[in-house]
Amino acid sequence: MACIEARGLRKWFGTTMALDGVDLRVGESRIVGLIGPNGAGKTTALYAILGLTPYQGELRVLGRDPWTERDELMRDVCFIADVAVLPRWLRVSQALDYVAGVHPRFDRAKAEGFLAKTNIRRNSKVRELSKGMVTQLHLALVMAIDAKLLVLDEPTLGLDILYRKQFYDSLLNDYFDRKRTIIVATHQVEEIQDVLTDLMFINRGRIVLDYSMEEVEARYVEVMVHPEQTAAARALKPIHEREVFGRSVLLFDHADRSQLAALGEVRTPSIADLFIAVVGHQAGETQGAAV
Amino acid sequence: MNTQSSAVPESLGSRGIDSRGIVPTPIPWTRLMYWSVQRELWENRSIYIAPLGAAAVFLFVFMIHTMVLRYRRHGAWVLSAADQHDVFAAPYELAAALIMGTAVIIGFFYSLDALYGERRDRSILFWKSLPVSDLTTVLSKLSIPLAVLPLLSFAVTVVTQLIMLLGSSLILLGSGASMATVWTQSSFFHVSLMLLYHIVTVHGLWYAPIYGWLLLISAWASRAPFLWAVLPPFVIWGVEKIAFNTSYFLAMLEYRLTGPEALTAPGSSLMDVMAALTPAQFFSTPGLWTGLAIAAAFLVAAVRLRRYRGPI
Repeated sequence: MACIEARGLRKWFGTTMALDGVDLRVGESRIVGLIGPNGAGKTTALYAILGLTPYQGELRVLGRDPWTERDELMRDVCFIADVAVLPRWLRVSQALDYVAGVHPRFDRAKAEGFLAKTNIRRNSKVRELSKGMVTQLHLALVMAIDAKLLVLDEPTLGLDILYRKQFYDSLLNDYFDRKRTIIVATHQVEEIQDVLTDLMFINRGRIVLDYSMEEVEARYVEVMVHPEQTAAARALKPIHEREVFGRSVLLFDHADRSQLAALGEVRTPSIADLFIAVVGHQAGETQGAAV
Repeated sequence: MNTQSSAVPESLGSRGIDSRGIVPTPIPWTRLMYWSVQRELWENRSIYIAPLGAAAVFLFVFMIHTMVLRYRRHGAWVLSAADQHDVFAAPYELAAALIMGTAVIIGFFYSLDALYGERRDRSILFWKSLPVSDLTTVLSKLSIPLAVLPLLSFAVTVVTQLIMLLGSSLILLGSGASMATVWTQSSFFHVSLMLLYHIVTVHGLWYAPIYGWLLLISAWASRAPFLWAVLPPFVIWGVEKIAFNTSYFLAMLEYRLTGPEALTAPGSSLMDVMAALTPAQFFSTPGLWTGLAIAAAFLVAAVRLRRYRGPI
């Protein structure tokens, strides 16, 4: 059974179409990066998956309809939607008590274990914690829940690099056990690119790229072209071209690697470069439609 | 319901080995409700601090008042029946009115903020990430003004009156006043019983549509819930006045706010009024049932709205 299955997902906000027929399928034990410019529909898509917003079209998450069965679904799904959504008046001990009280799959000892590795005191209120600590607390709560699907929407926005690194490290080392599925939506692509098993680009409410990382590596090739070969390389129809230190870097989709090797240094593009090549030229027009 | 009672889930048991296909034992609804109400008490400590504070202030003033009385009436202690009411019954009614009044005010502002505050501070995204339904959440929030606050203020009132009784007994001891008079006049247990009856009928049932309305507005408003809650009745009253030169809506509101007892015995003392309304009369008041029906409709709408509304 697929973890998430969506067909023709649509969502309007007034006259703005936030989701324009999204089709996607996320299997089990994947770590999916959902990347898109501001206003591309990332958050709307995730909200639909989490049962936070109504939609048109077909959507099943773990076999359930998220809009009508949110509370049942939340026994098996966890999410961190945005940083700092923990209420400021909540004490750390109260957060543990409450989640232990209402969640059948919460392992309190595990959460205490994660918290023991931090400087968070049990009787602190959320308002007294730094932004990084609030994220640590939220992650400790979420990681102690034995969920099948974890959805993270910009979980590290505004955190310094130490916290960001730590966040993904603990997620991978202490949480991901090759049985769960994780979806991460973020702008900070460089930090997650070694972590992902799947990559999805979303733009203007549509999925514009949806491959496993193996497929990405097989399909896309970046060549730093020898100056004298530039014209020959351009003749092979790159999908994107940029300049680095005066040398052209060309990105190809479905090209013959041996042919390209003769033109310059061949490598796999970074997600950020791939994103700019695939989405970049249209991104500017969708600004302002952020949800 | 099931028998799961410990706070630690069975995630380390058989479920932990293969968490896929196995449906977790759902948490009993009563436990979800318990923690949801607990959550409200954590966030809104005024729910219990305010009635306690009102009681403390009143007790302080009452004790001083009794002491003054004790020394002024140094000699003879002969009171007319009216005086006896003023001295022994009135303060107890006042204590009850003050504490209940505080609870009503707290309940009003609590209800207005209950479903609005969580959207404003975005914490709704955290609450919705947990397996608690919108219905449970809204019911737990409604239970605060309809059950928790009235019962709590009842308990505070009874304890306060008991302290008043014991305190004044001590102060008046040896003043010549008969202790028996104090205890019979205040008729403590009878009054407490009447108060409980009043709390259940009026605060728990009669006021339900008012709190339902406040919760609905709190679930709906994107800003200024107070204005949205108060303005529409005002506008309806104005339109009715101008268009038909009648005040049925205002009369209806007044009836709702003053309670079903007001019609039975206008002008008499508080306890007499409460006693005048028998359960049979109360439960055959049509206003009660229309009120409860309206409250149910508001509640359904509030639950639906909470599902649709995100952070603001």
